[in-house]
Amino acid sequence: MSHSDTLEALAAAGIPAPVKPLLSVEGLTRVYGKRIGCADVSFDLWPGEVLAIVGESGSGKTTLLNCISSRLTPTCGTVHYRMRDGASADFYKMAEAERRYLMRTDWGFVHQNPIDGLRMTVSAGANVGERLMAVGNRHYGNIRNTAIEWLSRVEIDEDRVDDQPRTFSGGMRQRLQIARNLVTEPRLVFMDEPTGGLDVSVQARLLDLLRGLVSDLGLAVIVVTHDLAVARLLSDRMIVMKEGRVIEAGLTDRVLDDPRAPYTQLLVSSILQV
Amino acid sequence: MNTLLVASEVKKTFIMHMRGGVELPVVANVSFSLKAGSCAVLGGPSGVGKSSILKMLYGNYGTDSGQILVQHHGRHIDVASASPRTVLEIRRDTIGYVSQFLRAVPRVSALDVAAEPLLIRGVAQETAHERARELFAELNLPEKLWSLPPATFSGGEQQRVNIARGFITDHPILLLDEPTASLDAANREVVISLIARKKAEGAALLGIFHDQDVRTAVADDVIDVSAFAAGKSAA
Repeated sequence: MSHSDTLEALAAAGIPAPVKPLLSVEGLTRVYGKRIGCADVSFDLWPGEVLAIVGESGSGKTTLLNCISSRLTPTCGTVHYRMRDGASADFYKMAEAERRYLMRTDWGFVHQNPIDGLRMTVSAGANVGERLMAVGNRHYGNIRNTAIEWLSRVEIDEDRVDDQPRTFSGGMRQRLQIARNLVTEPRLVFMDEPTGGLDVSVQARLLDLLRGLVSDLGLAVIVVTHDLAVARLLSDRMIVMKEGRVIEAGLTDRVLDDPRAPYTQLLVSSILQV
Repeated sequence: MNTLLVASEVKKTFIMHMRGGVELPVVANVSFSLKAGSCAVLGGPSGVGKSSILKMLYGNYGTDSGQILVQHHGRHIDVASASPRTVLEIRRDTIGYVSQFLRAVPRVSALDVAAEPLLIRGVAQETAHERARELFAELNLPEKLWSLPPATFSGGEQQRVNIARGFITDHPILLLDEPTASLDAANREVVISLIARKKAEGAALLGIFHDQDVRTAVADDVIDVSAFAAGKSAA
């Protein structure tokens, strides 16, 4: 029986076809000379799933994120991505142009510092509209309307659409960066410490907003954070890293409530109680 | 009667690496089953491992060995060895859980907290909110609180939000960790009637109740957890 026959038989029996991973990372390794950035990391990410990568500074979590999202070339290992047509593509074997197009349209990247993800000297509306133009939108009115709609989704008043983000507060800039990333309806979003450097109250608002958007849009997210509370609030699954290696992985509440590895126990026991 | 969950020879030990790797045996040889349309109660003194058993069934705690077979979408799945994705799916559709304490999320209203289990199953927001409002009214939660985030609610109010969240779905298996601990007599009665309704609908319930009256009112079966004390496993 061929694969498609099997799927047809399943469909006939009323069983939906098994959902395949959106992203498969295998044996991903990055070394800097003799030092290890990250070593032998493997995991699958399914559509709509939020994965947190936690660990303290220097644990390799940002290196890993950058290797997956092609901001850094891995020394070895593979990243497979399931394209919209259902085919799985080896990310690092794609043509450069194809990879760039994917990153502009199907992927988003939310930086810790909004300055790295925004253009500070063009208007908020243009920051959002630019990504739309990158996917072929040309109608100015439509672009502007979509931009305004997205600003309101991230709780930025319509009358700020023509202001430059350098006049925005830290929390607003971060929300604008999120709007800029999500406007093209990506399927996979990378986030590097998205709430780092924000006041606690601003952080809570942003987390709540992210939770809502992630579930409304069914986004798959890989979020790097050192904050276990952020991981608990946002993620379904969690990977704990230390010295470039994965030392524990599993369901987020299982890892946090029943940590196994000595290092995870240390991390969890170091959370300050309020 | 239809058996919905079977735990067999489940064992749990905590290893405290922060304290020199000391081993803390919790339970061993945990074996029981849950049947449709009935409520079993975990009995035994505090610290004997009742909550740990509930948490293992829900996949919140790992297990050292043993199986927890759950009837999920017509198949038997072992929660103890299932992948995180499968555990999440089991939680969405098969096993519900009312925890002792509410984990409040900033800015999320009581209504949304209670409606969430329906929303993640794709129920329309209006329907889910309507159902949450009905449960809140039944549990005598003051209407002025419904649209507020529960972080500042009293213990009893938070618990009622938690109960509404747990009872809002039609999960075939429902785990209850002291759902009546901080409720007054009138609201305890409401919970008793909610449990009776679940039983009538054919759900299998497993609970921890310190309140003797509630236990007498709901229990069809008492599982003595001290029999699973880890020290006795060799016997």
